[in-house]
Amino acid sequence: MGENIMIATRDSYGNALCELGAEHENLIVLDADLAAATKTAVFKKAYPERHIDCGIAESNMAGIAAGLSTCGFVPFMSSFAMFAAGRAFEQVRNSIGYPHLNVKIGATHAGISVGEDGATHQCCEDIALMREIPGMVVINPCDDVEARAAVKAAYYHEGPVYLRFGRLAVPVINKESDYEFEIGKGVLLREGKDISIIATGLCVYESLKAAEMLEKDGVSAEVINIHTIKPLDESLVMSTAKKTKRVFTVEEHSIIGGLGSAVSEVLSEKCPTKLTRIGIRDTFGESGPAKELIHKYELDAEGIYGQIKAGI
Amino acid sequence: MNKKELIKYAIDVRKGIITAVYNAKSGHPGGSLSAADIFTYLYFEEMNINPEEPDFPERDRFVLSKGHTAPGYYSALAYRGFFPVEDLKTLRHLGSYLQGHPDKKHIPGVDMSSGSLGQGLSAAVGMALAAKLKKEEYRTYCLLGDGELQEGQIWEAAMFAGHKKLDNLCVIVDNNNLQIDGTVAEVCSPYPIGKKFEAFNFHVVSINGNDFDEISEAFKEASSYKGAPTAIIAHTVKGKGVSFMENNVSWHGKAPNDDEYRLAMEELEKQEAGTETGKGGIE
Repeated sequence: MGENIMIATRDSYGNALCELGAEHENLIVLDADLAAATKTAVFKKAYPERHIDCGIAESNMAGIAAGLSTCGFVPFMSSFAMFAAGRAFEQVRNSIGYPHLNVKIGATHAGISVGEDGATHQCCEDIALMREIPGMVVINPCDDVEARAAVKAAYYHEGPVYLRFGRLAVPVINKESDYEFEIGKGVLLREGKDISIIATGLCVYESLKAAEMLEKDGVSAEVINIHTIKPLDESLVMSTAKKTKRVFTVEEHSIIGGLGSAVSEVLSEKCPTKLTRIGIRDTFGESGPAKELIHKYELDAEGIYGQIKAGI
Repeated sequence: MNKKELIKYAIDVRKGIITAVYNAKSGHPGGSLSAADIFTYLYFEEMNINPEEPDFPERDRFVLSKGHTAPGYYSALAYRGFFPVEDLKTLRHLGSYLQGHPDKKHIPGVDMSSGSLGQGLSAAVGMALAAKLKKEEYRTYCLLGDGELQEGQIWEAAMFAGHKKLDNLCVIVDNNNLQIDGTVAEVCSPYPIGKKFEAFNFHVVSINGNDFDEISEAFKEASSYKGAPTAIIAHTVKGKGVSFMENNVSWHGKAPNDDEYRLAMEELEKQEAGTETGKGGIE
């Protein structure tokens, strides 16, 4: 590790849309004046007639996407997580979720790694909001390879999908040649016997590094990548919990309602296991360089390592 | 279809509304009755639809953005043959497909689920945009409430529709002037409604929305107008057709009791008899 190429998953989103757009004429992309930031601009350049800029009106964009989908299009509505899941929550619930329409929500700039824009733009609540909606699939990919595969899987999935991407360039940890993505299927990245680290998004790479640090202390950590938070890979979660009997969840999201909650719901009901949720601890973010924020909020390898050491 | 036939169907639709809401013991008769003539005209005259094949791709689309007036919508669909009129009695009942607000997953002929005010127009705009992109000829109709104009999303959608020159979109505002807390002018005035739509680059027509001659003229004008979407501002009477419900806000969301049900149905039956003797219905 350490030699990885760095790519932001928002770039993966734009690139995957271009690839899919070449094959599928019914794929249509909507944006709300953020095409340069959500990276749908690359799609706009390639297929201008299928890129609809709705202006700064995310609620309306969600409704337009719903209407387009009833007429055979597969819309990818794009904005920052704060606005796609936050501003347009009720439109996503009532106009997309309730009629179970085939709309994909491409939400970039999720979490505190937005950086300097600060708390108003750092959405750490979107996973919680989206996984509440019946029938909604929620995916938070960890790197470029996974993100592009997720966009393609979302296209082929019939029904609403929420895709969560980041602004910050993150290491590519999966190999395209042998990577297989399946909605709802977690990935065992590292086997261990003492503890389980269940991570999502950019915290997956940091968790792998933390596991290496723990190894030096004689702690054998299993690392699992949960890219699909809903539907959750319950059998993988339960099997690792049964194996190590100590679980840590790690996410760049509030510890309330996100991956940690989803895992603890399953384990509490089906396989009671001691669990610690690592994430944003019921607080707003703040301005600062992304990497410094991730360090401050203890979501880098050092922070994860420290919290796990304190917990075992 | 001639005017006399439309008037007869509108009375049927009104009877369906009263029957549905009475049997549901809840629901929204006032705004269903004010828009009954518009529902009737859309489904019996204006729209290219087929009850035998509710989802055929070239059909015209309709979105009831003021989804709480589902009784009016369902009644028109039922009398047009999309599902049995008898089923109107199951409105809002546990297990019925006739949900309190329109549900596209389960109700034949319903193009979009709606009910949370302000959202339907955006979906209708998406449908109209789809037709433009696919170079298809179908038209999209969207019925709004006047109180609903207080929702900001309506104006997001209107701005987009005007900007994209969606002349295959026809918006109808059921301007019955009443919302739950009072007159729309008292609560938070949307007036002047026509000028607002004009400012959003719509072609605007103002009519008496309970008069089939004016309704017919307005829809013809909307269909032929090119280069901009049309907004028909339909001035209507809330509760129209049932005298004790007319212009009375307490009938916004309340079901008639046994006596009120009987009175309302008698009144509508008299109107029906009137159309047969040539004395006209409720004009």
